[in-house]
Amino acid sequence: MKTFSIGGIHPPENKLTADKPIVDLAPPAQVAIPVSQHIGKPAELVVERGTEVKVGTLLAKASGFISAPVHSSVSGKVKKIDTVVDAQGYRRQAVVIAVDGDEWEPGIDTTPDLVQSIPMDATSIVARIAEAGIVGAGGATFPTAVKYSVPEGKHVDTLLINGVECEPYLTADHRLMLENADELIVGTRVLMKAAGVARAWIGIENNKPDAIAHLQERLQTLSAAGEIPEGTLQVLPLEVKYPQGGEKQLIEAATGREVPSGKLPLDVGCVVSNVSTAIAVYHAVQKNRPFIDRIVTVTGKELVARGDGGNFRVRIGTPVSALVEAVGGMPEDTAKVVMGGPMTGKAITSFDVPITKGSGGLIFMRAADARRHAVGNCIRCSRCVGACPMGLEPYLLEKLVQAEMWEDAEREGIMDCIECGSCNFACPSNRPILDWIRLGKGRVGALRRSRAAARAGK
Amino acid sequence: MTQTILFSVLVLGAVAAIFATILYVIAKKFAVEEDPRVGEVTEMLPGINCGACGFPGCPGMAAALVDAADGGDISHLNCPPGGQETMTRIGEYFGLEVGSAKETVAVLRCGGSCEKAPAKASYDGPRSCAVAHGTFAGENGCAFGCLGHGDCEVVCPFDAITMNPDTGLPEVDQEKCTSCGACVDACPRNLFEIRPVGRRDRRVWINCRNTESPVAAKKNCSVACIGCGLCKKTCDGIVQAITIENNLAYIDHDKCIACGKCVPVCPTNAIAATFEPPKPKPKKTETEPAAT
Amino acid sequence: MSTQATGRSLVVALPPHERSEVSVARIMWSVVLALMPTTLVGIWFYGIRAAVVTLTAVGASVVVEHVIVRYFFRRDTTTVTDGSAVVTGMLLAYNVPAGIPLWQLVVGAVVAIGVAKMAFGGIGNNPFNPALVGRAFMLVSFPVDMTTWPVPGSQGFATWNLDAVTAATPLGLVKEAGAGGLSAVADQLPSYGSLFLGNIGGCIGEASALAVVLGGLYLVWKGFVPWVVPLLYLAGLGLVTGIAWAIDPGTYIDPLYHILAGGAMLGAWFMVTDMTTSPMSLTGRMVFAASAGLLAGIIRLFGGYPEGVSYSILIMNALVPVFDRHFKPRKFGYGASAGGAA
Repeated sequence: MKTFSIGGIHPPENKLTADKPIVDLAPPAQVAIPVSQHIGKPAELVVERGTEVKVGTLLAKASGFISAPVHSSVSGKVKKIDTVVDAQGYRRQAVVIAVDGDEWEPGIDTTPDLVQSIPMDATSIVARIAEAGIVGAGGATFPTAVKYSVPEGKHVDTLLINGVECEPYLTADHRLMLENADELIVGTRVLMKAAGVARAWIGIENNKPDAIAHLQERLQTLSAAGEIPEGTLQVLPLEVKYPQGGEKQLIEAATGREVPSGKLPLDVGCVVSNVSTAIAVYHAVQKNRPFIDRIVTVTGKELVARGDGGNFRVRIGTPVSALVEAVGGMPEDTAKVVMGGPMTGKAITSFDVPITKGSGGLIFMRAADARRHAVGNCIRCSRCVGACPMGLEPYLLEKLVQAEMWEDAEREGIMDCIECGSCNFACPSNRPILDWIRLGKGRVGALRRSRAAARAGK
Repeated sequence: MTQTILFSVLVLGAVAAIFATILYVIAKKFAVEEDPRVGEVTEMLPGINCGACGFPGCPGMAAALVDAADGGDISHLNCPPGGQETMTRIGEYFGLEVGSAKETVAVLRCGGSCEKAPAKASYDGPRSCAVAHGTFAGENGCAFGCLGHGDCEVVCPFDAITMNPDTGLPEVDQEKCTSCGACVDACPRNLFEIRPVGRRDRRVWINCRNTESPVAAKKNCSVACIGCGLCKKTCDGIVQAITIENNLAYIDHDKCIACGKCVPVCPTNAIAATFEPPKPKPKKTETEPAAT
Repeated sequence: MSTQATGRSLVVALPPHERSEVSVARIMWSVVLALMPTTLVGIWFYGIRAAVVTLTAVGASVVVEHVIVRYFFRRDTTTVTDGSAVVTGMLLAYNVPAGIPLWQLVVGAVVAIGVAKMAFGGIGNNPFNPALVGRAFMLVSFPVDMTTWPVPGSQGFATWNLDAVTAATPLGLVKEAGAGGLSAVADQLPSYGSLFLGNIGGCIGEASALAVVLGGLYLVWKGFVPWVVPLLYLAGLGLVTGIAWAIDPGTYIDPLYHILAGGAMLGAWFMVTDMTTSPMSLTGRMVFAASAGLLAGIIRLFGGYPEGVSYSILIMNALVPVFDRHFKPRKFGYGASAGGAA
């Protein structure tokens, strides 16, 4: 069984909602759709107060190469252009829409029929992905079309579909692989065509044997029926280890290739997309449907213990409060609410926060799990060094950042940190190692930009 | 016995002499030529190496002063912590004119105390404003206000800043503050500003940095500036020191005469003054409808 | 408003929101558990006296640490619950003869905890292994009591005054024989079997190699000790002594004897592997352990003392910062498979 070679940890899996089928959450009374739900420039507004919109209507267009458009996820009227708090409590520009009915843009195929044949060529597929506003739905929210615009001189030979879902608690991708396997397979074939590759793997950790078996069975049936060429698309079972879902880790696990520091997967001939991204691509290319909803796992120990929680198909822009209501309210013993996975997600303080393209989970943490424990001295146990999947020395980076030794931190590879949280998880002294490293990354990044600016100025 | 002692003394003495010679030779050979004036000027400076002058520490400033004195003009250089007194002394030393620096002090531009902007969440991380700023908007929800972890208190080289446990906000001791600017750089929310101390220590400033919409700002803090413009209206008739941009007022300290008339008109008490402001005139009823 | 929306004050922290179950206390108490076989064997051979020595060292270490934290550091909490002082006390006890006067042991504990550990800021900050510093201090301060070895198992369980009868340690015998050749002491040397199972003169913790290895294997199983580190230490020791033995088997005893005798096992499994005083990267730890082993062999063969384990580890402790600088873990994306990009 394959896995990545450096570091890694085994957090308790807590996949409490793995057997809960996806439920469609009805559009709420009002949504607030942020114009920036991706890495890159915020989209430019094309609607104003009072504009009538339908599901799929363009709200804001991409403003540059690394950007993504935003579409309305509901039908109704734009109430105002306002700000809404993001997961960290900072206000971001958003389009607030009062929902009225559920009317879709004409041209979107809303039937559940599977469309197998792929008539578009690579260029138009990428253009369609860009128009549909698809971004990496695993949480990184990098515009997908940019990934598949392979520059001149670069050659891609492998497509990896990330079904690892290594974050504890989250089961959204797991459910998608079980319930939408055919869409996933067509979406993967679309992406293979877009990237011009002959080989694709769907990487799944073997804590989801049902998903592995189901996809293998579907692939067999399809290749027997002649729908897909034998052996081009395979399921790749992986050993359970966090952070296998990290792009660089997955590439190494699957192909043995290491993405060089500061480089992209493209540089080692790979592209990686998440399972939910591949399904969104299927909908965009085959059904002409933009990125307007996503699966969100609503979970938590007490929530599931009382029989609630599950996997919901949620319209983008739906406030967290609507989800809380859907699961029958916040459990009594809740001290922290995390948006995203427990290893990389953000703790939110307001239920006004909208679901965006990158939010895959909502976790209610019990008081017993919520607080960090008292911080002790570093005992130099080197568990953080052993856990770091990038081969860094987190203890040292923490010290260098606290001493504000930015150049040294940069030399020690602070910018290679993927912020997976393994060091914090492993530390027996409960040191907030990653908190400091994150601060350092910000400072070193600023330092690099100022250096680049100085060079450009000369 | 005597011989042993004598022998030891001789050997140790010889060793000491050899090392002393080596040290002497090295000290002479590698001695760095330095303008003696640099050392003397360094002596006159406060010697705290704060860098507020823009040079690396007091010796750096002294070297810059000597260079400038050779050029015949040191009026552009200033030592904020040393103040006018130090600069006058240095000017006398060189026999040159010194610039007249205004006395300044660091001012906090946030009134979001525990009472005015109550906490709605509880932060669980390292006690550092820089880390907290990267974590979330703040316990009180204001993305512009003081985070209260005291990075400024830690960084202040003069102990001029102390965190008040009752308000959760830092307080600047005007007597100790030298306007070195360490707090200005340390605050991740840029809440400190170096402002003139003002005539008879009278100064007025907008005690807020929030540029959100009035509704959003008031949600988190009862003393947030909402950019209503009442202060500007008041000031326009006097010295036009107040400007409003992005829902936030700003008082230009060069124009402000510290009359304090803007303080009582502010509907959210977002304007701070170091003195008892004048009582609002009974005309208040007239100004209010104009603002809404 | 947001409070109304959520209904309560929530905790905010940066991710990750999960934490491993392993804490400093868990690590330290596991080490205490791992030392239990050695404790029991010590009591088996040296009776109640060994138990009292252990308890005294542990008690003194804990009290010293508590007093320093409370009254010197002026903290409201105490750090003794993390178990590290207990570990130091136990290791100190197993590095002294069972007949040691208790007041000397207390002095050793004060030096170990007070000077070697707390003076540097407490757990994690000590450059040298506290127990070994305490032992080294006792060895130079009380050389006679520290080298008076009671005969194991020769007296009743409740016998208090062990120092009436003394025995030489195996390594002491080897050293004494020196140029005279091993044949002179051959009949006094204990067999490999006794070395492994116990029943030899020496410190309490030197009695049985088997007991130490059992504890060590437990720590390896728990994942707190990389198995390769103690093995490399023993390999280093075996290499040096093996070369000497190959050259002149008449004067030098074979490497297996060196590995089983004296404190080599205790050092290899419990002191070279000490987290705080060893390098951070695995390669660093491996080189560190092997070098310490070589050094121990050299001290045993050519040094003034018959035993070289403590000093070999202490000397290598001083070099840890150098190891940390030069032995870095392999970074992702810099290797040959990464296309040599920098």
